Amino acid sequence: MQKELKVSAIKNGTAIDHIPSNALFKVIQILGLEKSEHQITFGMNFESKRMGNKAIIKIADRYFKDDEINRITLVAPNAKLNIIRDYEVIEKKVVEVPDFIEGIAKCINPKCVSNIENIKSKFKVIAKDKVTLQCHYCERITNQENIIIKN
Amino acid sequence: MKSLVSITDFSKDEILKTLDLASEFENNPNQNILNNKVVASIFFEPSTRTRLSFETAVNRLGGRVIGFSDSANTSVSKGETLKDTISMIANYADLIIMRHHIEGAARYASEISRVPVINAGDGANQHPSQTLLDMYSIKKTQGKLENLTIAMVGDLKYGRTVHSLLMAMSHFNTTFKFIAPAELQMPVEYKNYLNKLGLKYSEHTELSDNIDDADILYMTRVQRERFSDLLEYEKVKNIYILTNEMLEKTKPNVKVLHPLPRVSEIDINVDDNPKAYYFTQSLNGVYTRMAIITYVLGLK
Ligand SMILES: [Zn+2]
Repeated sequence: MQKELKVSAIKNGTAIDHIPSNALFKVIQILGLEKSEHQITFGMNFESKRMGNKAIIKIADRYFKDDEINRITLVAPNAKLNIIRDYEVIEKKVVEVPDFIEGIAKCINPKCVSNIENIKSKFKVIAKDKVTLQCHYCERITNQENIIIKN
Repeated sequence: MKSLVSITDFSKDEILKTLDLASEFENNPNQNILNNKVVASIFFEPSTRTRLSFETAVNRLGGRVIGFSDSANTSVSKGETLKDTISMIANYADLIIMRHHIEGAARYASEISRVPVINAGDGANQHPSQTLLDMYSIKKTQGKLENLTIAMVGDLKYGRTVHSLLMAMSHFNTTFKFIAPAELQMPVEYKNYLNKLGLKYSEHTELSDNIDDADILYMTRVQRERFSDLLEYEKVKNIYILTNEMLEKTKPNVKVLHPLPRVSEIDINVDDNPKAYYFTQSLNGVYTRMAIITYVLGLK
């Protein structure tokens, strides 16, 4: 109950839970929420038994397609989605790491063509439990700790 | 349309087919298969050895070559994007052979170009024709590719030739021995890859005594600039020099390969040893490149 008071309830929309607190703004950025016109409430540093510390985002009147929401797995691999209609959670979903990621992350290799020419970055996901990316262009491998999200 | 950017672009069957074609060209090197075809050989960074090998291959196949051997006097030096350069050249030629210092440049070019692209080296990333010529040399000297033991020696951390050879030979139930100074060991992602396939490998820091069961000794350069600790370099630089004495106890069929240029890692006295194969290996490059060109153009 207390949690619900901290981040106000929404009538219809999506609540994204179990985001690591330090990834909150990255999730906002990846989903393009800073440009959204929907009503958005978010909070961070909530206590979580599993994660120690988590963030929550609630977006009114907005639902996400799977491949849209799965992009956040790069920074929030354990995020959970609550789909809300009429104040009721009608569906719960977990995010899944996609096989291929385009345009979100930046290749860590400064000599990579994707950092030199004006092109969209592309990565193959070669491991999902601990997200590991391989650049489609320079083939350099980046592990979870080193993933850089593009601005 | 088929390009060859990374060795993993070729399946096991395609590798075998290319090697068979190479052997056909070795038996009959002058064929007019590229008659009326124009091949662009564009080297944004100079590499005389690779360029001459590719251009010899095109000429032996009866094709014509356009291009440049260094980008200093081209529109590239005036700031033209890679995209514009490749689009223009793809309009002139039937095939692009390119070398570039930017990693991933060849993959990007293959996405822009309307004709096939063969990667002749993109920075520290890939050089697939080198891998295929290494495999051609292995097959030719051993009579097979399956179930061999390959000892890789030297810089296994940064050496792109050993990484590509490992990936390609992983189709053939190879056993690997990685012999390198502690700072230059095979990266963990390649070892994970072998673990996943259930292939055997072992790691060593000493060259002598660890090569006796190898069928192929693949030597690479240990470069001074790769070491953060120069004292460490001074310690290891003399350990990784292959001598005739070390080859005495090795298997009779063993062959010593090296992607060249060599600096000091193989004693020059080894050159006359029948186990040395590195100079013939580079000659095999022309036949292998003839095969790659013919294959990506769908002409055989
Ligand atoms: Zn890259």
